Amino acid sequence: MTDSIHNSDTHSGVSRRAFLKGSGAAAAATAVGTSTAPLAAQEGGTEVVRGEKTISLTVNGQNRQATVEPRTTLLEMLRYQFDLTGAKPVSLDGSSGASTVWVDGKTVAASTMLALQCEGKAIRTVESLGGDQPDPVAQAFVKHDAEQCGFCTPGFVVAVRAFLDKHPNASEEEIRQGLNGNICRCGTYANIIDAAMSIVKGESHG
Amino acid sequence: MVEYYWPQREETTLIGKPVDRLDGLEKATGTAKYTYDVNLKDQLIAKALGCPHGHCRIKSIDTAAAEATPGVVHIELLREPGSEIEWEGELIAVVAADSEGAAVEGRSKIDVQYETLEVFTNDEDLEAAKEAGRTTRGGGKAETQREPGEEDDEDEFIEDEIKRLFGEAAHVIEGYYGIDAITHCCLEPHGSTVHWDNGRLIAYLSTQNVSGTDDGFARDLNLTADDVDVICEYIGGGFGSKFAADYWGIAAARISKQTGRPVKFMLDRDQELKLGGNRPSGYIKVKLGADENGVVQIWDSEHWGTGGANGGGVSHGVIPYVLSPPNYRRLATNIKVNAAQARAWRAPNHPQACAMSQTAYDDLAAQMGADSYDIFMRNLGSAQGAKPEVYAEEMKIAARLMDWKAKWHAHGKGPRDGSVVEGLGMALHTWGGTANNSSCQLKIYPDGSVQSFCGTQDLGTGTRTVCAQVVADTLGLSLDQVQVNIGRSTYPNSGASGGSTTVGGVSESHRRAAQDALMKLFDQVAGALEADAGDLEAVDGRIRIKGSPESSLSWKEACSRLGLKPLEVTASYQRGSGSPLSSSGVGGVQMAHVTVDTETGVVKMRKFVAVQDMGLIVNPKTAKSQIYGAAIMGIAYALFEQRKLDPATGAFVNAEMADYKLPRLGDTGQIIVELYEPDSERERGVIGLGEPPVISPGAAISNAVCNALGVRVPVLPLTPKRVLDALQQAGRV
Repeated sequence: MTDSIHNSDTHSGVSRRAFLKGSGAAAAATAVGTSTAPLAAQEGGTEVVRGEKTISLTVNGQNRQATVEPRTTLLEMLRYQFDLTGAKPVSLDGSSGASTVWVDGKTVAASTMLALQCEGKAIRTVESLGGDQPDPVAQAFVKHDAEQCGFCTPGFVVAVRAFLDKHPNASEEEIRQGLNGNICRCGTYANIIDAAMSIVKGESHG
Repeated sequence: MVEYYWPQREETTLIGKPVDRLDGLEKATGTAKYTYDVNLKDQLIAKALGCPHGHCRIKSIDTAAAEATPGVVHIELLREPGSEIEWEGELIAVVAADSEGAAVEGRSKIDVQYETLEVFTNDEDLEAAKEAGRTTRGGGKAETQREPGEEDDEDEFIEDEIKRLFGEAAHVIEGYYGIDAITHCCLEPHGSTVHWDNGRLIAYLSTQNVSGTDDGFARDLNLTADDVDVICEYIGGGFGSKFAADYWGIAAARISKQTGRPVKFMLDRDQELKLGGNRPSGYIKVKLGADENGVVQIWDSEHWGTGGANGGGVSHGVIPYVLSPPNYRRLATNIKVNAAQARAWRAPNHPQACAMSQTAYDDLAAQMGADSYDIFMRNLGSAQGAKPEVYAEEMKIAARLMDWKAKWHAHGKGPRDGSVVEGLGMALHTWGGTANNSSCQLKIYPDGSVQSFCGTQDLGTGTRTVCAQVVADTLGLSLDQVQVNIGRSTYPNSGASGGSTTVGGVSESHRRAAQDALMKLFDQVAGALEADAGDLEAVDGRIRIKGSPESSLSWKEACSRLGLKPLEVTASYQRGSGSPLSSSGVGGVQMAHVTVDTETGVVKMRKFVAVQDMGLIVNPKTAKSQIYGAAIMGIAYALFEQRKLDPATGAFVNAEMADYKLPRLGDTGQIIVELYEPDSERERGVIGLGEPPVISPGAAISNAVCNALGVRVPVLPLTPKRVLDALQQAGRV
C-alpha cells in the first residue's frame, strides 16, 4: 500500500502522495530528533530519510518497543512488528477507514500516521475488543451479521465503538450520518446500522 | 444405497434457521487471518512497478539503482524491452525487499524508458470506435413468429417483418441506455503470501477457487498439483475476479524459490483497480413496439461496449433481459480499449442487460401514461428464467412492502418539494445458480467428535456456516459438535465460487457425506439397540429407534462402538447428475424509491425493496445479508462508481479509494429484503443466491429517477452531472 514514490517516467510527474509521504517522513524524523542524513535526493524533490530508531509505546495496554524507520507507518508497525493484523491496508490515505485504531483515545487511520509519531503514545487496536469477553459492539456485529468478507469489519467495529462512546444515545439518523468514514464493498451497511442501533437500545450486552 | 433428501421444514433443527456465522467474532475482532495478514518468518515484501501509460512499448529497463537500494533483495522483470503494453498499470517489474518501505523505494529507482503509442478509450462512441478500427463483431440473433418462406432471403424477410410489426404496434419507443465499466475493487487486493517446503509450494492465496488454483501454480511452475498447497481461510472480497493464481502469484512463487525466503506480494490499491478486474460497459440503441395494452411484440436493438484491450462486451444472449418478446433482433459490437481485460463480475452480463432492457419497458409505461408495475405485470407472459407466476407473486409482495400503489404517480407528475421530486422504479431478474461439483470427506471419531473436510472457500457468503448447519442437522448434533474444515486445496475438491454455485455444491456434498456416514454408524450400533439400521434416527444428540425414543444411545456412546479408527466417508456431487437436493433457476423483483434534487442533480435512495427466490434456504440470516449487500453493490453502480479513463493517456484516473466513488453507510437509504420460499420453491432444493440480487438495482433505480423527473437519464451511474445534463437536454432547466 505504500505506493509513495513513482518511477521517473510517470506522465504526471511526482505524485501528491509521494510528496506528502516524503515530507511527512522528514518532518517526523526531525520532530523526534533522529540523526538522519537525507540521502539521494530523488527526482522531483522526494527525499528518502534513513535511520532506524527504537521507540517505546503501549499497545493494547502493554508496554512495547519497536525499531522503525522514519517512513514506517503505524499500520506497518502494527502489522509487521506486532502481528496485529486487524487494522487493514485498504487505502493509503485513510479514505476507507479500514485501518482505524485509537491513538491516545482518538481514532486515527493507522495508514496515515508515522510510527515515529507514536513514541510514548497509547495505541489501541480492534484486537483489544476481543478475548474472553468480547466487546458488545463486536458481538452485535455477529448477531446482526454486519460482516461478509470481513476485511472492512475491524475498521468498522472500531468506528462504531468510538462513535457510540461519544454518542451513546445516537438516533438511527445520527448513526447514518456519523459512520461515513468507512467503506464496505460487500454491502454490510444495513446490518451495521442494525448492530449499532441494538447497542443504543441496550439489546446487545457483553 | 442411501436416498438423499432434505427434511421437511418443521423437522429441521439447523437447516433453514437464522444461524450466526461461525467465524463472525474472528472477523469482528481482527483475529481472522487473511492472505494479506499471513506473516511468515523472514518474509520478503514484494512491490511491483506498474506501467504509467495506456499504450506503449518498453524501450529499456535499468534496475541498477534499484538493486543498490538498501533492503532490496531481489528484482524480477515481468516484461522485457520491446514488450508492447496495452493498459496502464500492467506490471513491469517486481522488487522484493526486507520491508514495504525498501520495496517501494527500490521500485521508485527502476528506470524504464517507454515509447508511447496511440490510445483509444471511448467505449461509448460506437462511430469513433469503428473509425479507429477498434470494433469486432459481438454476435446477434433475430427471431420472428412468422417464418420466411423457401424463396425468401432471410435478412430481407426479417427486415420487412420488423417493419410490418412496428407498423402494427400501438406504441413505439426509441431509447438509448448505457452503463459504464466498473471494477471489482476488492478491499483485500489480489495477491499471495508464499513459501517453499521441501520442494512443495505453500501458497496463501486470496482466491475464490481454492481447489482449482493449485493446478494453476503447478502448470506455470512445472510442478504437479500435488506439489502445491493453496490455503485461503479468509478472503477479502472476490466478486468474480479471483479465480486464478495470476501472473503476480506465479512471480511470488518464483521469487520465493530463488531467494529461499517467503514472499508476500499483494497488489497496491491502484493496481487492484487497474488490474484486479473490471466489468464490461454496455450502451444500447433500442426500438420496441407494443400492442395497445403495452405488451411488447417487437424488440430491435444494437448494443456495444468494452471488455478491455482484447474486446469482449455484454453478450447479446441476454438482450432483451428476462422479458423477451416473440419477435426480436439484437446485434452486439465489441470495442477494444486500452484498459485491462474484464473479469467475471457478480452475475456476468446480467446487470448491464437488465439496465439496457428494462429501462426501455419503463419508458413504454411512461409514454403510455401507465403504471410501470402494470406494464411489467402484463409482459410477464414472455418472462424467461423463473416461472412467470414466481415473478408475479414476488411483484405483489414487493409492491406491498414498497407501498407502491399509494406512492405511484405518472412519470414526471409527482409532487415537488422545492426542487426535490421523487419517484418509483422496478426491475426483475433471473439467474441459474446450479450446484457446482463438490466433494466432502466426513470423519466421525470414536470420541464422538466430527470433522468435515472440503476444498471450498467462504467468500463472506457464510459457506463455512452452511456446511456446519447441514452436517450437524443431519447428524442430530449441535453446531459446536461439528468442526468444518475448508479453504485448503489438499482437501477434497470443490468447485470455484462463481455463478452462485457454492451453496448448492457444498449442501450437496455435506448432506450426502453426513447421510452416508450416519447410515454406516447406524449399521455399527443397530445390534446394541436390537433394531434394524433402517429403523434408526439421529435426534438431539442421540441415536434412537424411530417411534421408540426410550431405546437410544447417546451420540458419544454410539461413536465409542466404532473401535479405534474413525468412521470415514467421502461423498461427491457431480454437476448435471440430477439430484433432489439442488436445482437451478431463480427469479427476483426489486423496487426503488428515490428523490432527485433538480437543482443539484443529486439522487438519494429513500427505500429499496428486494424479493428473492432461492429454492430451499439453508441460512436465512446470511442469505438476507447477501441480498442487502447485493442491493448496496447495485446502488453503487447505479449512482456512484465508474472507471474513468483519460482519453489522452489511457490513465485510469480514479484508481484510489478516495476517488473511486462508492456509497457510504449514509447513502443507501432503507433496504427491505424478503426471502420468497413457499413450499413450491423449497421443494426444488438449494439454489445459489450470490449473484441474482445484484442484477436489478441499476434498472430499478434508473426507472425510479425517470419516474421522478419525467426525463430518462440514459447512462449509469446517474451522477449529478448526468442528471443535470439530461434535464437540460429535455429543456427542463
